[in-house]
Amino acid sequence: MRDRALNALVAALLTVLTLASGSAHALLPIQDWKTSSGARVLFVENHDLPMLDVSVDFPAGSGFDTKEKAGRAAFTQRLLRLGAGGLSENEISRRIADVGAQLGGRFDSDRAGVNLRTLSNPAEREPALEVMAKVLLEPEFPEDVLARERLRAIAGLKEADTKPDTLANRAFSRAVFPDHPYGLRASGEVATVRGLAREDLIGFYRSHYLATRAVVAIMGDATRGEAEQIAERLTAGLPRAASEPDRIPKVDDLARAADIDIAHPASQAHILIGAPGIRRTDPDYFALFVGNYILGGGGFESRLTDEVRSKRGLAYSVYSYFMPLERRGPFRIGLQTRGDQAKAAIEVVMRTLREFLGNGPTEQELEDAKMNLIGGFPLRIDSNRKIHEYLAVIGFYDLPLSYLEDFVPNIRKVDVAAIKAAFARHVHPSKLVTVVVGGGVAAAAQR
Amino acid sequence: MLQCQRKSPKVADSSMRVCALLWFIVLAVNGFAPALAAAAASPPVHEYRLDNGMRVFVREDHRAPVVVSMVWYVVGSVDELNGTTGVSHALEHMMFKGTERIPNGEFSRRIARAGGRDNAFTSRDYTAYFQTLHRDHLPLALEMEADRMANLILSKDEFGKELRVVMEERRWRTDDRPDSLMYEGLMATALLSHPYRQPVIGWMNDLKNMQVEDARNWYRQWYAPNNAILVVVGDVGGEEVHELARKYFGGIAARELPARGKFAESEQRGPRRITIKAPSELPSLLMAYRVPKLEDPEKDWEPFALDVLEGVLDGHDGARLQAALVRGSRLAAAAGAGYQGVGRGPGTFLLSATPSEGKTVEELEQALKAEVRRIAAEGVREDELARVKAQVVAAQVYARDSMFAQARQIGSLEAIGLSHRLIDRQVERLREVTAEQVQQVAQRYFNDDALTVAVLRPQPLSGKRPPSPPSGLRH
Repeated sequence: MRDRALNALVAALLTVLTLASGSAHALLPIQDWKTSSGARVLFVENHDLPMLDVSVDFPAGSGFDTKEKAGRAAFTQRLLRLGAGGLSENEISRRIADVGAQLGGRFDSDRAGVNLRTLSNPAEREPALEVMAKVLLEPEFPEDVLARERLRAIAGLKEADTKPDTLANRAFSRAVFPDHPYGLRASGEVATVRGLAREDLIGFYRSHYLATRAVVAIMGDATRGEAEQIAERLTAGLPRAASEPDRIPKVDDLARAADIDIAHPASQAHILIGAPGIRRTDPDYFALFVGNYILGGGGFESRLTDEVRSKRGLAYSVYSYFMPLERRGPFRIGLQTRGDQAKAAIEVVMRTLREFLGNGPTEQELEDAKMNLIGGFPLRIDSNRKIHEYLAVIGFYDLPLSYLEDFVPNIRKVDVAAIKAAFARHVHPSKLVTVVVGGGVAAAAQR
Repeated sequence: MLQCQRKSPKVADSSMRVCALLWFIVLAVNGFAPALAAAAASPPVHEYRLDNGMRVFVREDHRAPVVVSMVWYVVGSVDELNGTTGVSHALEHMMFKGTERIPNGEFSRRIARAGGRDNAFTSRDYTAYFQTLHRDHLPLALEMEADRMANLILSKDEFGKELRVVMEERRWRTDDRPDSLMYEGLMATALLSHPYRQPVIGWMNDLKNMQVEDARNWYRQWYAPNNAILVVVGDVGGEEVHELARKYFGGIAARELPARGKFAESEQRGPRRITIKAPSELPSLLMAYRVPKLEDPEKDWEPFALDVLEGVLDGHDGARLQAALVRGSRLAAAAGAGYQGVGRGPGTFLLSATPSEGKTVEELEQALKAEVRRIAAEGVREDELARVKAQVVAAQVYARDSMFAQARQIGSLEAIGLSHRLIDRQVERLREVTAEQVQQVAQRYFNDDALTVAVLRPQPLSGKRPPSPPSGLRH
């Protein structure tokens, strides 16, 4: 039996992409509505596989932490699944495993949430959803579990702080986002985690896991009616806003460049270079997206990979990216190289970046990038998981429901001048943070 | 059935060392992290053999106008000799360096211009190359794969440069990671003669001394159609792929392959222990037991019982190791189990743990052994057995959401001499496993004489002379 529903969906999408714009309605059939409690729902119905992906996210990521209570947002999310609605943590794990489901969490600077992958057959789906509802609506934050998780987290933090990549990430975030929660470590610091109390987590849950700010994404084998019931069930008892909900503060430009050197016995130097980048809603999003593909995002084809790896053998992996967030997320270049090559590698990276900022990409590079991004569009939505991820992002950042239909036209519109102008607006080589961790004595002596 | 995902760098939690470690068995040219899920109650696989001996497997998946194409060569680090360890992986890197028709760098560029993504991976047992792209561009991928199967240029200059990249990869993956050093040391200690003791990426000294001639020889010996398998999953028909395979690969002549080494590890006569000192805060523990591997899926039952044992110990967050050691006694900050029983070399059952602050690896070793002993003495409960089976059945459905996972499953089984039919058959065989069988394997294989233990002794970041960087390369 050949079920071609998803293919038809992609085909329809591709058709509309090749037509002149002005089509009246979206052909990627994203359905959206609000639950009775005010949560936003995005749903794509697809019956190819007997499975269902469901997530509920909130603006409750580490961007809502404070310096004094760093780690509170992550701990709140982590504890949801460790005791809820009268079920112990082990009962939660076992009930989920009993039906072969997977209950996971999502956590980043902006978002926190819970996601579920389950078979769609009601015998499996219903018990899985029941557990998920308890986790979302009736978390207990047991004192005893919290005490243990605090100790585990502290051990994990101490361990992580011996790793050169962790040290580099921490130093980078602090320097790029001084005095901003994006600069805090999501998992907290030893001192702040030690001080997290049950009331902190309950308070954070009540003020941030709000029905009116929840985004439910559902993809897969359910009817509209079933999806409506699922969304109701997962959001009906969520907290109501008592006061005006929190917002993540604005991110400022860096005043000046910063060079940070951290000694570590690792044989490689871990190098990070960057600065605050853009918001998810920035009008330059697509110009930077295409431009960065050429600079350091496009696998083997990027300029950074060509210069650093292919031509000189200086690194196994070198990349650049923008991570657009609710507020301005980082622009970042990263690589690792043998300690005594660190200086040379940084010089190659900076020369490549300056050259790119000065002259922009060539027409040929732009054409290559567009061919990849446009021709590869079907690969972005070729599985339930990928479509589900898009639903969650579109809902959370309030992107247009036509985001996927608009994707290819938006790429097509980008030209060399737009990339040059966008990079000039957002990347300032004289105000970059450069972090180097490790590489041993040879590297330290050089710097 | 073990599912591994590379940990998010944001997570400070040191959970599931075993899972992270299994990644070091397979190396990719560029980082990526597909799930190794068990596969589906599956749509059929079309199967062909070209006149030159190349085998072709096609699974239709018409959900999107996309295909995954993989060419697998049955050669990996298990075929390597001491002195040139890592040559399979080094050759994998060189396969992107051009032919007369497709110059250096053009392979990936053309795939990218067709909207595709490409990469490769090397394991102990095989080397595989893949492209994911729009179905219409499958001919491009196959044409270029056929070209580099026969016409690769291996220049001394490019080889020298790429070896530097590979050495950076080794530093990044292994030398600067205590977990990886432990796993590498563990395998080299648990096995004395079998080449599974060698790291896939190769020993650093072998990489430093490797010559382009080594890669040329390797290519000449093993890159032949009769040692290759094409796997295509996606929006295509079987005959269509068969036709394309004949067109592009059919003209490449079969070659006589070298005799494969017949390796067997002799019986272990007592426990083995090693200590790794590396910059770290927490100590940790990694234990390997010699266990059977899967040879005959119809007759063997022990490998399936060992799979279930792994699930009972570590199949979910409330499974025995977590419930007992992390959540219960709180001896461990993390604990895990993993069975490697599908491969060309011997089987291994791994147990791992990181002690909680104030606890020792010695206490944890006893606690891990006690969990296995408990199963040997008391068996497992029916609800535990049912839970593992439910997870296996569901994972089989979930795997069908990923064309990549499906292609990988087919290729990895065929490459090691098992049939892709095992994808479905193993689910049935796992469902037949009884509580008594799980108890029996726990009784039979977990004795100290077949045990190797690696312990990480943390070193302060400042208190140790850093390793001096190697002084240039020989070309």
